[in-house]
Amino acid sequence: MGLLIKNAIIVNADKQESKPQDILCHNGKISNIASNLPPEDHTIIDAAGKKVLPGLIDIHTHLRQPGREDKETIETGSRAAVKGGFTSIMCMPNTNPVIDNAMVVEFIIREAVRVGLCNVYPIGAITKGQQDGELTDMAELKAAGCLAFSDDGKSVINSRLFRLAMEYAKMLDVLLIEHCQDPLLTAGGVMNEGVVSTRIGLKGDPGIAETVIVARDIETAHYLNARVHLAHMSLKRSCELLRFAKSQGIKVTAEACPHHFTLTDEACAGFDTATKVSPPLRSKEDVAAIKQAIADGTIDCIVTDHAPHTKEDKEVGFDGAPFGMIGLETSLGLVMTELVHAGIIDLSKMVDKMSSTPARIVGLANKGAIRTGFDADITIIDPDREWVVTKEGFVSKGKNSPFIGRNLKGRVEYTICSGKVVYQA
Amino acid sequence: MTWKHKHLLGLQDLSRQDIELILETAKSFKEVSSRDIKKVPALRGKTVVTLFFEASTRTRISFELAAKRLSADTLNIASNVSSTSKGETLLDTARNIEAMNVDAMVVRHSLSGSVFILAEGLKCSIVNAGDGCREHPTQALLDMFTLQEKFGRIEGLKIGIIGDILHSRVARSNIWGLTKLGARVTVCGPSTLMPRGIEQMGVEVCYDLKKVLKDSDAVIALRLQKERQQDKFLPSMREYSRLFGINQAKLNEASSHLIVMHPGPTNRGVELSADVADGKQSVILEQVTNGVAVRMAVLYLVLGTKTE
Repeated sequence: MGLLIKNAIIVNADKQESKPQDILCHNGKISNIASNLPPEDHTIIDAAGKKVLPGLIDIHTHLRQPGREDKETIETGSRAAVKGGFTSIMCMPNTNPVIDNAMVVEFIIREAVRVGLCNVYPIGAITKGQQDGELTDMAELKAAGCLAFSDDGKSVINSRLFRLAMEYAKMLDVLLIEHCQDPLLTAGGVMNEGVVSTRIGLKGDPGIAETVIVARDIETAHYLNARVHLAHMSLKRSCELLRFAKSQGIKVTAEACPHHFTLTDEACAGFDTATKVSPPLRSKEDVAAIKQAIADGTIDCIVTDHAPHTKEDKEVGFDGAPFGMIGLETSLGLVMTELVHAGIIDLSKMVDKMSSTPARIVGLANKGAIRTGFDADITIIDPDREWVVTKEGFVSKGKNSPFIGRNLKGRVEYTICSGKVVYQA
Repeated sequence: MTWKHKHLLGLQDLSRQDIELILETAKSFKEVSSRDIKKVPALRGKTVVTLFFEASTRTRISFELAAKRLSADTLNIASNVSSTSKGETLLDTARNIEAMNVDAMVVRHSLSGSVFILAEGLKCSIVNAGDGCREHPTQALLDMFTLQEKFGRIEGLKIGIIGDILHSRVARSNIWGLTKLGARVTVCGPSTLMPRGIEQMGVEVCYDLKKVLKDSDAVIALRLQKERQQDKFLPSMREYSRLFGINQAKLNEASSHLIVMHPGPTNRGVELSADVADGKQSVILEQVTNGVAVRMAVLYLVLGTKTE
């Protein structure tokens, strides 16, 4: 027996179907898509009135395990992911120990399988211990299951080492993901440098800390004819550099996070440490530019940068609090509300940014579309269902969200991973 | 006009009327300090704690004297606990003190915005004695009080603020307060210590000290922290002093009615030469005197509303 989704309006990246169809999932795969499939002994989900999307894929999340299980675990992070409609997530290597050896990769995969909610793909570190000194054994890490590499949380500042990493990643055909931030320019900044930081006396992180690394990486990718993926773009100027690079055929892709197209640095004016994030919340012009870049394809995908922290870690004042906010459970709602219902992108484009392109970029060949033979990873949403973000509603261990109290339109109803219902609203 | 605020966290949150009420109230308290018996019973039975996480002599003493002259009981706590050190957080420390039934806490802390954490987490009144680079409201109030005494008004005055604007809570509070009261403020200092977008706070930026001295009714010279040179904001203290230090020669080119202010303590020879600091255009000691009166007014108003 399998899982039969009846009356499904399927939304793929290339088009939204006009007529409802039935989707049969069997042995973890989508085995048939047709109208009026017989119920037989299948488990039935009626998707009438809903939209049926390929499972969402987040290529940028933090699960904190191993090391900071008080902030999040693979289990609680997986639960948050499926609640947010994600069937595959990629976790960043800034754990303790760092994901720089096969044992940690194997541990995470094994634990994720035991939890059994969604696919978890560890991202390997580019440098050992993320120390900007020596490259990790990328081939071994790839063999253990790493599809991508990053020193997320910081850039590879040594430009020669970064060049070598890019050459090596090209040989192995794995993705290199760069967190663009020059720490010498950031110089201890805790929010965007601008009129708000000036007004409230917090140390500013200037936009050039991001853009100089964006420019460096683009040039390196051009020189080596290699590809690079730039994490959480936050600035208008970064989008302009990306647009130029893409017009030249340079193999650069980029992502943006919901908070960077829904909040400005004005949100920091009340000293709410949930708004402290890296890269920081920027200006109104930047928010508008990120939306535009998502719509015109300059930004390839939307990620969460889910970064859970404990209340104790966050309540020490703005300067001392760690960077990061949670995002897995609010991402779909924010994208639906601020981009889809706002008319900036349509549902197909959303699927492209949150499932199909992420799958293509990291090389998940059987994911990112609802198609016969593909993995049965499916997210069913009610696009018009309104809900309010509450602290109590989060299943993540982290409650550090600046969106608490916000009304959102568009909610996950079912999350199906490998043909199994892993979340139901 | 009545006072409605439980706390004084900054001048950003106050209206022009609020500020004028404080200055008016301070006038009568200044008279108290000049009496033979320098005490009134206004806050008898109230407890005021000064909680300072940064070194300070004059501000803390000024607050303590202000509270004592209002007959409040006072307690001074100096703490070396930094925000990042493990263990007890700022809020924990303050909650423990409050548990002993304190009516007002006068707080100085190195983190911008730290007073908001306390105002949200505690029941007593919070008076900000300086939070990070954000605000130092009573300093700006005493500066305004002094200006009003000297010129009889603040509306229309041209005020220069000279020095490290980027790191200065005194500058920020003065900008909020002076612009609300209709003064024209020009900030002047090294470009590396001029925060981005400062014009949007309603001030002009000028890098020419001589011009600012010539155009102003009063200048407020800010203290330059020695660390700024280590952090490479400045080539040297000597170079700073050459461009932005106020000496008698530069002052001679300005109008003779210009007054020179400084929040103290001064680095003599850096932001002010000794002859200027002690000269007839300096009102530095009057500022210190007025500080007590202004802080009496603030404590009186803040604690007065709470009992209603």
